[in-house]
Amino acid sequence: MTEHILRMSGITKTFPGVKALQDVNLAVRRGEIHAICGENGAGKSTLMKVLSGVYPHGQYEGEITFEGRRCEFGGIRDSERAGIVIIHQELALCPQLSIAENIYLGNERATRGVIDWNRTNYEAGELLKRVGLRENPTTTVADIGVGKQQLVEIAKALSKEVRLLILDEPTAALNDEDSAHLLDLLRGLRDEGITCVIISHKLNEVTAIADSVTILRDGRTIETLDMAADSVTEDRIISGMVGRALDNRFPPRTPAIGEEAFRIEDWTVYSPSQPGRKVVDGASLTLRRGEIVGLAGLMGAGRTELAMSVFGRTYGVHISGRIFKNGEPIEIRTVQDAIRHGVAYATEDRKRYGLNLIDDIKRNISAAWLKGLSRRGWVNEYEEYRVAQQFRASMNIKAPGVDSVVGKLSGGNQQKVVLSKWILTEPDVLILDEPTRGIDVGAKYEIYMIINRLAEQGKAVLVISSELPELLGLCDRIYTLSEGRVTGEVPREEATQERLMYLMTKGQE
Amino acid sequence: MSSITPADVEVGAKGGGGAPGRPGRVSLGGLSLNLRSSGIYIAFALIIVLFSVLTDGALLQPQNISNIIVQNSYILILAIGMILIIIAGHIDLSVGSVVAVTGALAAVLMVNMGVPWPAALLITLVAGALIGAWQGYWIAYFGIPAFIVTLAGMLLFRALTLTVLGNQGIGPFPDQVRTLANGFTDGWLGNVGLGPLGGADLFSLLVGIVAIAGMVLAQWRTRSARKGYGQAVDPLVLFALKMAAGAALILFLVVQLARFKNLPWVLVLLAALVLAYSLMANRTVFGRQIYAIGGNLQAAVMSGVKVKSVVFWIFVNMGVLSAIAGVIFAGRLNQAGPTAGNSFELDAIAAAFIGGAAVQGGVGKVVGAITGGLIMAVINNGMSLIGSPSERVMLVKGAVLLAAVAFDVWTKRRAGTAR
Repeated sequence: MTEHILRMSGITKTFPGVKALQDVNLAVRRGEIHAICGENGAGKSTLMKVLSGVYPHGQYEGEITFEGRRCEFGGIRDSERAGIVIIHQELALCPQLSIAENIYLGNERATRGVIDWNRTNYEAGELLKRVGLRENPTTTVADIGVGKQQLVEIAKALSKEVRLLILDEPTAALNDEDSAHLLDLLRGLRDEGITCVIISHKLNEVTAIADSVTILRDGRTIETLDMAADSVTEDRIISGMVGRALDNRFPPRTPAIGEEAFRIEDWTVYSPSQPGRKVVDGASLTLRRGEIVGLAGLMGAGRTELAMSVFGRTYGVHISGRIFKNGEPIEIRTVQDAIRHGVAYATEDRKRYGLNLIDDIKRNISAAWLKGLSRRGWVNEYEEYRVAQQFRASMNIKAPGVDSVVGKLSGGNQQKVVLSKWILTEPDVLILDEPTRGIDVGAKYEIYMIINRLAEQGKAVLVISSELPELLGLCDRIYTLSEGRVTGEVPREEATQERLMYLMTKGQE
Repeated sequence: MSSITPADVEVGAKGGGGAPGRPGRVSLGGLSLNLRSSGIYIAFALIIVLFSVLTDGALLQPQNISNIIVQNSYILILAIGMILIIIAGHIDLSVGSVVAVTGALAAVLMVNMGVPWPAALLITLVAGALIGAWQGYWIAYFGIPAFIVTLAGMLLFRALTLTVLGNQGIGPFPDQVRTLANGFTDGWLGNVGLGPLGGADLFSLLVGIVAIAGMVLAQWRTRSARKGYGQAVDPLVLFALKMAAGAALILFLVVQLARFKNLPWVLVLLAALVLAYSLMANRTVFGRQIYAIGGNLQAAVMSGVKVKSVVFWIFVNMGVLSAIAGVIFAGRLNQAGPTAGNSFELDAIAAAFIGGAAVQGGVGKVVGAITGGLIMAVINNGMSLIGSPSERVMLVKGAVLLAAVAFDVWTKRRAGTAR
């Protein structure tokens, strides 16, 4: 059977300065489960947003054919009317409303504007039976677990008479039992004739459930494989995902690695939003002076959570574990403690956590080190200006002056401001979370040079990155993190993308 | 001494982006002007000119200037505290009630209990601080939105006022307190003739001259230090023009006041507060942290700012300033009344927003809030001079507030789309 329910051809989507999708093709057969795989940033979510009308027709190039008709969706409502429903990784439920209310939100069972609650709850109950959720439809969504909430989302999709169900990382937040139930449910839906597109990082799930898989890389379609006909294995998918040559995008460096500078042991962090869920589970890392260490992991592996929980407990609850600096145990309870102990963390989300976008360059650079620039509470503005000018020169921040507002700078220059801010605090340990995210290639090279320079000065650097080539090109040693656990530690010489990807996708035994 | 070239100035003045035709910015004879930050002062000047014309110059008569200052001093004092809170991204709706309750406390202490006025004043200020601490605790440490906490405070402290006063006024206040609130400096050095302007108080004039000298000296030292650190500064001519304009403004104000009844004490107090709080906001770590919190709360947390403590202390500060305003207001009326301070919070908030504070926080200046307060004061005063009914005054004030914030949002949106 080769009838295609969906064809996307020649899809190109451009953001200012970045081509997120380039001539992407996707063909989904009726009644199959079709997986989409790719590294973070490969364009999976963008593609699904194009399909579901989040990016309306006209904002992308290319053609979408669904059920034999050309589609030009102007918004999510259009795509839903056509029978395409997307369930995002972050669930879109109103926690204070009941299951039934959530299922029929925006689609209320009403006669002349008055909601028929009996019908609402009855029909919701029928849908819950279909998805195998034994809960009363009047239960508040906040009172059920994430796994069950996921099922409510699917029930909501079914209520809209879905013909193509898209799930973005549906099992990322689920435990094994809930994941297994969800996958069973998807198989059941397939048997009922509902086509599924599933985006997943968990390759074991992909091989277990999918009928075919499309691999994206750097915004392009690499290949579409038929799981049965091509006898696809996890390794086969991995090589498709990472098959990219390393060029000399990295400045040369001769590592001079010294003593141990920083060590965390048995670090465990619980999620603040989902009680009982371990986001980081018994992780141990060691950083040495002058060493650049990588931390690899897929989205949801707990990389940022690990870093932020170490950095003054800015994420997570019930944090346990030990931190050593130069072999001595230290306590870091607040960001102030971290700064005092010479630990710096440059965030992955610089607009949200890193910068005061409405303020100027010099005040952003001084923000974490005002104490060092002041005497008895009075800021030495001249010194602040001088320091900022110094960083503007040494980091090559391209701006008319240090009085320029940070929000108007390009991503690369903003990142240089963030790095300047933390280098000013004279740290011994720097944790750089996605230091080149959203930055063009030229600026990336400059950031790599800065990182190399920091290591040369004898600082210990931990680089968190989704881009494996970046870690391979930059780091002396790479840790892999999967589902909150350190699953491997690979020295530079032995590291390959395939090996890292294998360790990153390794589930818990 | 090498003067800074105009090219340098342009780099400094252009600020961010460097994109041509930036929104909210006009070029006047080579002088680049940031509308968003200086529009308020232009508007103030225009409003003064407008009402001077409408009132045939009555607006700027010595007695009227004195009245504007004395009648609005307490709002301006509140606006100083309010702008800090708004910069941090919060709000305080309780200040009117706090004015009432602290005024009532001062009256009970001074009038009913006969406590010497300096001690009573001190106790009142401490009480204001405690009120601020109470609200600051709920907001900063307990995590209740300031809107709710201070809305509750508005009711609580009004209730407390009524309880203390038993629904009647308490007065009269000691002479010293009345002088502070309503009085003028003495003619210690006698009068001098100013030709056609008549006699004027020498002491007031001297204070004005000292103020001008201080301003010029401080600005000059800042300018020199900036140059020493290689920063771009205004060229000498522009600097001289600015200083001359500032000096003329102060001189005009002082001469007019000196011709009437000398300097109002509240003006002296207000000037000291504005100076101190401007310096605090711009030059201290604490002040910087207020801006950081309002600009991006999460980034402030991640930069090691003790957000809770900063928020707590700006509410304590608001309490103290409310207590000062409370004593001055009661002293001016010579009685603490149960309805004192009604809707003062709204005037103070309006002053801050007209003065250029951003709705989302992170932006604002003490001088801006004072200017915003004065704009409303001049509108009030000017319209009553030309005999407008109070409903029309209210209408105009409402329109001005809406227009000011709309302008702020508009310039920001323009800047955002240009990015």
